[in-house]
Amino acid sequence: MTAWLAALAAITQREALRFIGQRGRFVAALVRPMLWLVVFAAGFRAALGLSITPPYATYTTYEVYIVPGLCGMILLFNGMQSSLSMVYDREMGSMRLLLTSPLPRWWLLVCRLLASTAISILQVYVFLALAVIFGIRFGWGGYAALLPALVPAGLMLGALGLALSSVIRQLENFAGVMNFVIFPMFFLSTALYPLWKMAESSALLRDICAVNPFSQAVELIRFALYQQQNTAALAWVLLSGLVWLGLAVWGYDPARGLIRKAAK
Amino acid sequence: MTHAAKSLAALALSALLAPAAPLVAAEIWVTNEKDDTISVIDIATLEVVRTIATGERPRGITFSKDFSRVYVCASDSDTVQVLDAATGKILHDLPSGEDPEQFVLHPNDRHLYIANEDDAVTTVVDTETRKVVAQINVGIEPEGMAVSPDGRIAITTSETTNMAHWIDTQTQQLFANTLVDARPRHAEFTAGGSALWVSSEIGGTITVFDTATQAETGKITFDVKGVHPDRVQPVGFAFTEDEQTAFVALGPSNHVAVVNTQTLEVEDYILVGRRVWHMAFSPDKSLLFTTNGVSGDVTVIDTAKRQALKSIKVGRFPWGAALRP
Repeated sequence: MTAWLAALAAITQREALRFIGQRGRFVAALVRPMLWLVVFAAGFRAALGLSITPPYATYTTYEVYIVPGLCGMILLFNGMQSSLSMVYDREMGSMRLLLTSPLPRWWLLVCRLLASTAISILQVYVFLALAVIFGIRFGWGGYAALLPALVPAGLMLGALGLALSSVIRQLENFAGVMNFVIFPMFFLSTALYPLWKMAESSALLRDICAVNPFSQAVELIRFALYQQQNTAALAWVLLSGLVWLGLAVWGYDPARGLIRKAAK
Repeated sequence: MTHAAKSLAALALSALLAPAAPLVAAEIWVTNEKDDTISVIDIATLEVVRTIATGERPRGITFSKDFSRVYVCASDSDTVQVLDAATGKILHDLPSGEDPEQFVLHPNDRHLYIANEDDAVTTVVDTETRKVVAQINVGIEPEGMAVSPDGRIAITTSETTNMAHWIDTQTQQLFANTLVDARPRHAEFTAGGSALWVSSEIGGTITVFDTATQAETGKITFDVKGVHPDRVQPVGFAFTEDEQTAFVALGPSNHVAVVNTQTLEVEDYILVGRRVWHMAFSPDKSLLFTTNGVSGDVTVIDTAKRQALKSIKVGRFPWGAALRP
């Protein structure tokens, strides 16, 4: 058991070191949602009084509505970033070192996932602290209730990144991930507009948004910020998280997975 | 007295007392202009507990001093209706003149001062004899009505003439007219009666007058971030108990302004539903209920935290609000 924990500690430490070493990445991860909050949301100020849907009990301004979506954005980008660094590790050969460990591969992947999620969560809280400067604050209970929501949401999006990283063989392909995964996931979700707004455009669009796991992660975060539980969203996040993780474990299995196919 | 007789007496006593102390929670009554109804909101649960039918286009609403009766301006029925507050039944109509929109009950609990929008008159009705006591010619399209706490002065504001008309309630004659900004819609004396505030919808201001001299002493302007100034249209407003703060409904800007009554500066803007008209406090003034015409709901504001807590769906186009403690 100690070996398992040692692996977790080592991988977490490595992620933390990488995180500290790449201060630019930390700043970038904060600048992105801050730009959305300050510039994009400001343009929508006139669209005041977004219609009331749970968990809101009254009207909200757009910049308050968008905050949970931007928290989700941090988790999503970090999950993808982590997948990018997996590809980098593979290219540089440090992954081979990791994979020679006698521990089961799924555990190594889970360690990796936990470490990157912890860093994402840290970034989300820093972002929320910055949002306070712009007058967007939630209750203390909301900030506390957010933590248990960020963990499954972060793990799920991280697992998606892992699953993708098992397919991506070159760093250059990351642009494809941006185009075909991050952007559709983010824009076809409830991060920017509530479902009823999507329904005004088309029912199909609304349905796509509703089944998008990223939407469910955002809704989980949104409800938590108002100290409410969204069981359906939680179940959906956990289910999709397990599916991504399963795919990642399969993908990294040298006997069956995509690594083998890639080697062929 | 035997034991049996004692318990009988106790039983009889409790039976007598029971109906005398009904456990009625405080309520906010809201008139729905389009639905011709009143929605009654329970302040404890913040939910609509019943809906009462009224005449056509109910707007102004106020209770008698003992809260046993409620007066409603049924504008399109050209009448003021009197309802039993306990049962919600319409008792009778009062002659009101044409198109009554707002009114105010004199502190004597007897005389209603009613603004007749289409007739350019203010009608004074005796609620006991149900007779018109006086009709006072005022400016065009009278709307806002107020009466000083000592009952000596009544105010009518006229939307088109852009004036506040000062009525001596002894003689039922005008004794002063003061200009305000475009389309004055609501007037209110401060609790002590030393100042009069008049909101101007198109002008986008509130003008403050000294009651004794009828001289203008200040003007409040509003600036809601991200909202075009044309949409900032002050209408109804209300003062807190200590008179330090006023809450002002800003119409289609969908905000309520929090004004410091000493400095006349706006300290906060609170987002509410669409086209906010009027408002009423809970008994301890910790909650404020605003009627949002276009969105058809009532927003509940925590007055201490200056935060909107909840919006409650009511009928179509809610307009007036009154507290029944």
